[in-house]
Amino acid sequence: MNVPEMPGIGETAVAVDDLRIDIAATGTPVVSDVSFEIARGEILGVVGESGSGKTTVGLALLGHARRGLRIAGGSVMLAGSNVLTLSDDDRRKLRGWVVSYVPQDPASSLNPALRIGLQLREVLEAHNPQADHAERVAEMMREVALPDDRTFLRRYPHELSGGQQQRIGLAMAFANRPRLIVLDEPTTGLDVTTQAHVLSTVRQLAKLHSVAALYVSHDLAVVATLATSVAVMYAGRIVELGRAEDLFAAAGHPYTRRLIGAIPRLTGGRSLVGIPGRALPPGQRPAGCGFAPRCSLRVAQCDEAVPELRPVGADHTVRCIRAEEVLTQEQGKVGDPIALLSGVGAEVPALRLENLVASYGRHEVVHSVSLSLAAHECLALVGESGSGKTTVARAIAGLHHHWTGTISLLGAELQFSARRRGKDTRRQIQYIFQNPYGSLNPRRTVGQIIEQPLKVFGTASGREARVRVGEMLERVSLPAAAAARYPDQLSGGERQRVAIARALVCDPTVLICDEVTSALDVSVQAAIVELLGALQRDLGLSMLFITHNLPLVRSIAQRVAVMHQGSLTEVGEAGLVLASPSEPYTQQLIADTPSLETAIADVTLGEP
Amino acid sequence: MNPMTDADIAEAGISSAPPPSTRASSLLRRSLRLGRTRLGLILVSLLVLLAIIGPYLAPYGPSTPVGAPNSVPGGKALLGTDYLGQDVLSRLLYGGGSILVMAVIATALGMIVGAAIGLLAAYSRNVLDDVLMRGMDVIMAFPQIMLALVAVAIIGAHSWVIVTAIALTTAPRIARVARGAAQPVVERDFIACSEAMGVPRWQILATELLPNTLGPLMVEASLRVTYSIGVIAALAYLGLAPDPNGANWGTMIQENQIALVVQPWGVVAPIIAIALLTMGTGLIGDGIARTAAGIDRARGGE
Repeated sequence: MNVPEMPGIGETAVAVDDLRIDIAATGTPVVSDVSFEIARGEILGVVGESGSGKTTVGLALLGHARRGLRIAGGSVMLAGSNVLTLSDDDRRKLRGWVVSYVPQDPASSLNPALRIGLQLREVLEAHNPQADHAERVAEMMREVALPDDRTFLRRYPHELSGGQQQRIGLAMAFANRPRLIVLDEPTTGLDVTTQAHVLSTVRQLAKLHSVAALYVSHDLAVVATLATSVAVMYAGRIVELGRAEDLFAAAGHPYTRRLIGAIPRLTGGRSLVGIPGRALPPGQRPAGCGFAPRCSLRVAQCDEAVPELRPVGADHTVRCIRAEEVLTQEQGKVGDPIALLSGVGAEVPALRLENLVASYGRHEVVHSVSLSLAAHECLALVGESGSGKTTVARAIAGLHHHWTGTISLLGAELQFSARRRGKDTRRQIQYIFQNPYGSLNPRRTVGQIIEQPLKVFGTASGREARVRVGEMLERVSLPAAAAARYPDQLSGGERQRVAIARALVCDPTVLICDEVTSALDVSVQAAIVELLGALQRDLGLSMLFITHNLPLVRSIAQRVAVMHQGSLTEVGEAGLVLASPSEPYTQQLIADTPSLETAIADVTLGEP
Repeated sequence: MNPMTDADIAEAGISSAPPPSTRASSLLRRSLRLGRTRLGLILVSLLVLLAIIGPYLAPYGPSTPVGAPNSVPGGKALLGTDYLGQDVLSRLLYGGGSILVMAVIATALGMIVGAAIGLLAAYSRNVLDDVLMRGMDVIMAFPQIMLALVAVAIIGAHSWVIVTAIALTTAPRIARVARGAAQPVVERDFIACSEAMGVPRWQILATELLPNTLGPLMVEASLRVTYSIGVIAALAYLGLAPDPNGANWGTMIQENQIALVVQPWGVVAPIIAIALLTMGTGLIGDGIARTAAGIDRARGGE
C-alpha cells in the first residue's frame, strides 16, 4: 500500500520556528519564542509543570489551538509545508497521515460504542478508502504487542485495560506511518510496569519507522529514559534545550537544576527540595526572566529583559544570563539524607493489622495482611493500582466496612466502621486523600474546612477555633488570608496543604496519606513531601504513606511494605528493600521504575 | 471533578479571571446576564406585584355588580363585565394572589420533601435507595392533575388539600433531580472525610451534599412553580377552587367561557395573566439552566 516515503534517520522531520500562541480574547502570550527541530527517529521530550505551555506547544504541531487560544505567529514546517498556514481542509488531510497525536487519557480518546477493530480500520480508511486493511490492522496489533485475533479486535474499549487502551492509541497513531507523532503524557495514570512496556513500544516504533516524536511530560525520569533530546519549558518559553545526556548530566538553567533536585531518587535516601513560590499564569508573568521570582541566583539584570536562548555547549542552549555559573556547580546533590529512627519497635505499635482480609461483595481484594506501624514511624505502603493498598487504608480509617481480622490502635481493637468508633479514636486516625480536588467541599471556605474537625470533635469553638485554624495554616505554609478563600481559588498543591491542615488540626496519632502527591507536579510534590516529612518528625506522628511511586519512598519513609495483588510481598527497612529487594516482584517493580540516575548511567554506558 | 481542569485553565491562562464558581448566589447573578432570565424576572415581578397590590388598585370589589352581565369594555368597566355583571378588571386584580401563594407554598413543600428524599436515596447507596425511588415512581405514575382531583373530590376543595396534593406530586420529580445531582457528589472524598470524622448523617446531607446540588435543584424548582401554577389554575377551571365564587384566574376562565364570543375579555384577560406568569417562571428556569450548563462547559469543556 501507499505509505509516505521513508528517508533515513537524521533528516529533519519537523522544524518549529518562533512559535507564539496567545489568549485569543486578550492577546496575552501563553507561549512565545519556541523554536526547535526534531530529526526522524528522534524523540524530543518537552518537560514542564502544569501551566508551562507544553501541551499547547504539542497541539500547535498539529495546527490546533485549544478553545480560547490562538496561534499568533511563527511556523511549523512539516513535510515541506507550514502547518499553520494550511487551509483547514489540507490540515485535516495532514493529521493522522503526516502527523498524529496520542492523548493523555486513552479511555476518552477511543469511541466507547465501537469495536476496536473498526476504529483501527477507520484510521486507515480515512486516508485510503479503497484498500482492504485487515492485514494491516493485524500488523499494527502485533507492533504494539497486542493479540491480533478476531475475538480481540471485536472487543469494545471498556473491555481493555488502561495499558491496552493506550497501545491501541499508539497503534492508531503509528498506523499511517506518519513523520511526526505528538504524545501528550500518554503514560500518566498507568502502572510502572505498564508504563515501561508502553515506553519501550514508543521507542521501538519511532526507531523502526524513523518517526520523529514529541513527548510531552511532567515526569523528568520518564523523559530521561525515553528522549534523545529535551526541551525544558517554563512560563511559556523554552528555558533549556539540549541532548538528554548533556542536560541531565549538567543542566545550565537554575529551573532545570531545581526540577532535577525535586525528583525523588531510588538511591540515596535524600529529602526532596521543592521550588518555593509558584509559576505565574499568562498575563502576570514578569517582564524579565520568567523564573526570576523563584530563583536563588537572581540578580537585577534578570528582571530587565527576557534572556536570550544562547548556546553553552554543542547542541545545548540555555535561557539564563548566569548559565556558566550554574554549569560549574555540582549537579544533583541537593537535600540532606533523611534521618532514620533508632529503637523503633520498643513501644506498643501505634497501629497493628493482623490477618486483615477485605472484600468488595464476594470479591476478596486484600488477603490476610499483617502489618505494624511503630510510634513516630513512617511506613510506606507501595503497590500498583489494584494491589489493595487503598482498601487497607480505608479499612483502617473505618471507611471500608467489609473486612475481618483485627486492626488495633495503640493496642485497642477498632470497630469496623468509623461511626461505631469512639470520638477519640476517630480523632486519632486522620486520612489525607489522593485527590485534593475532590477532598475539599467546594462550597466551604478554607477556614470552614479546617475548622470542621474542631467542631465535630468538640475540641475548640469560636475565637479559639479561629486561632487554631490560623496556626494550622502557618504550619502548612499558607498565608492567613487563605482562610477566606474557596478551594477553587487555590492550586492543587495549596489544596493539598489545606487537606493536611484539616488532618493535623485535631492532633492525630496516626496519619494515613493515600497517594497524596499523585495529582501534583513534581516540584509541588517535593514541597508536600518535604512538609509531611517535617511534620511527621516534629509532631512525632505515625504515618502510613501509600504510594505507587517507589523513588518517593526513599525520601520520606523509614520502612516500606510492598503489596501485590492483595498480599504483602516484602516488608523491610526502606533503604535495604529498594537497594537489594529479595522478592522477584519488588525487583521487577524497581527495574520498571523510570529513574534519572539509571537513565543517565545507561546513556553514559552507551546502550539503553 | 476532573483533576486536570485547573491545570487546563492555568495553561490556557484563564486563571487570571475570577475563578469559576457554581455557588448558588453566583449562579443566580450570572444567569441574569442572559436576556431571557431578565425578561422572565420582569414578567414575574410584574405579575407578583399585580397580585400583591392589585386588590388596592381595583376600582370595585371582586363581587360588586357594576353593570349588565357580559357587557363589552367601556364606560365604568375597562375590561367589561363578566357573566354576573362584575368588573373583569377588578376580578383579575384580585384573582392572582391565591394562585401565586398556593403555587409557591406547594412548590416549596415539594422541594423540601423531594430534596430530602432524593439526597437520602443518593447517600444511602443501598436498598433504601431503591425503596425510596420506586416509591417515587409509583406516585409519578399518576398524572399530577388526576391525583389532585381525587384528593379534592374525597376531602374537599380546601386550600391545604390542593397545596398538599400538588406538593406530594411535585416531590417525586424534585427527588429524581436531587438524587441525580447528588450521586456524583456522594462519591467525592470530602463526603468520605466527613464520614471518617463521624459527622452525623443528617448533617452530611444538609451541609455537605445539599449545597453542592443547589444548582440543578433551583432549575427544577422554577420549572415546578410553572407547573404548579398551571395545575392550580386548571383545578380552579374545573370548579375546584377553595372559594368557588371568589375571584380566581382559573375560575374566571370557566365562568365566562360561554360568553367568549360576546365578551372575550372575561376569558382572555386571565389567560394572558396565567400565560405571562408561567412564561416568566419558565424563562427564569431556562436561564438558570443555561448558565449552569455554561459553567459546566467552561469547567470541563476542553
